[in-house]
Amino acid sequence: MMDERFAQGSSLLHRRDPKAKIIAATAFVTASAITDSFTVATVSFAFSIVLFLLTKLPVQLVLKRLLAVNSFTFFLWLTLPLTYGGSEFITAGPLALSIEGIRLAALITLKTNAIVISIIALLGTSRIANIGHALESLHLPQNLCFILLFSYRYVFVIYQEYRRLVRAAQLRCFVPATSIHTYRTFGYLFGMTLVKSWNRATRVHQAMVLRGFDGRLIPLSQDRYTSDDTIFLSIMLSLTLLLILLNFL
Amino acid sequence: MSKSPIIELRNISYTYPHNSTPILQNLNFSVSDKHIGVIGSNGCGKTTFFQIIVGLLTPDTGQLLFNGENVESKKQLRGLRKEVGFLFQSADDQLFSPTVLEDVAFGPLNLGYSPAAAEKIALETLANLGLSGFEERITHKLSGGEKKLVALATILAMKPKMVLLDEPTNNLDPRTRKRLIDILQGLDLYQIIISHDWDFLDQTSSTLYQVEHGHIHKCQEDHIHVHRHMHKAGDYPHRHVH
Repeated sequence: MMDERFAQGSSLLHRRDPKAKIIAATAFVTASAITDSFTVATVSFAFSIVLFLLTKLPVQLVLKRLLAVNSFTFFLWLTLPLTYGGSEFITAGPLALSIEGIRLAALITLKTNAIVISIIALLGTSRIANIGHALESLHLPQNLCFILLFSYRYVFVIYQEYRRLVRAAQLRCFVPATSIHTYRTFGYLFGMTLVKSWNRATRVHQAMVLRGFDGRLIPLSQDRYTSDDTIFLSIMLSLTLLLILLNFL
Repeated sequence: MSKSPIIELRNISYTYPHNSTPILQNLNFSVSDKHIGVIGSNGCGKTTFFQIIVGLLTPDTGQLLFNGENVESKKQLRGLRKEVGFLFQSADDQLFSPTVLEDVAFGPLNLGYSPAAAEKIALETLANLGLSGFEERITHKLSGGEKKLVALATILAMKPKMVLLDEPTNNLDPRTRKRLIDILQGLDLYQIIISHDWDFLDQTSSTLYQVEHGHIHKCQEDHIHVHRHMHKAGDYPHRHVH
């Protein structure tokens, strides 16, 4: 679950400083998200594929993620052509499909996939911990960085605690069904997980205070920002700018 | 004039909120020996005793003295916490940084060391515990035994004069347990160890205290004794009844 599969590697993109990648990703994702031009969406999709190829990560891994994302866009394909309206239609049996609806569904699908692939290629190739520290050095509010780092550290522990409770229930022959007993049991499981997480949070805070924590998380300096990162960032930002200009052609 | 004990508790009473009976009542204790073992049944207040020593809990009545001085201000408490390390029962509660190196360096950074100095201290501490090469490991992916040893490293990196260990051998395999014994025997620090593991206490402490009915008292010397014998699975802690 938390093996950070995408972060394992030593490709060109893996070696880039997370700060550069965060800025590049933010710019690129924004440019891809706001466009309503089919050409721009296609170019950014192609661009995200190129980025992904640079990571040298196995394709089936990313396909699995895309399957999850496209289960959402699938519903757009079901609804938009039927409900969008407009002036042009194609008829398929008893159904009138809106051309503009199809176009919109295709545009959203293209943009969504471009964004997800580029985020995997840019942000997935750094460890969450490094992303957290990079955000901190980019002067994002410290509390937000805390939340990111601590969620990352403890989501796994909390998940395990939840799994332990579910297993304990299963071992006593609990089989989920549509019944009050099931709802109540799941309520207890979630509730107990919440209580346990709260208690753990208290103990973690105590451990931190005992080691001199006073509200500031001082990072072990990891500044590895090199001239290669500057070149990478310049290329990325120029391409993003081109993408934006393409909107006006 | 005799030197004051590093930690002394005078007439400490503590009652948990929403509880009618106090868990500790007029407890008196002073550190008289470098290697102290603490026993007592579950829920008798052993962990509460530790939490009072490091000021995580404020007693209802009584005094906490550190090097003979009454601990009252936050500054004094910080001073005490630098000198007295506390190894929690669960290492998962103690390791919160993504990587081992960051976690071990956390304490020294808070004490005001520069990142470079903190990193050096962290690496030295890890090396002293035989954990070289663990720096970049991800804390939540360590095994239970490794977590325990890294948690100990995070405490020792603060260079304390005293360590409190709360049931350190829980869930440790015999090899890691032996390693912990070797480490503790080699540390020139005041140690107070809570444990149910008699054999472990026998090897790591020279004075034994018992927490009972809200008090703590020294056990008689002849409570601990050693016999040497062997049988299958004999390296696991076990009890003998005579």
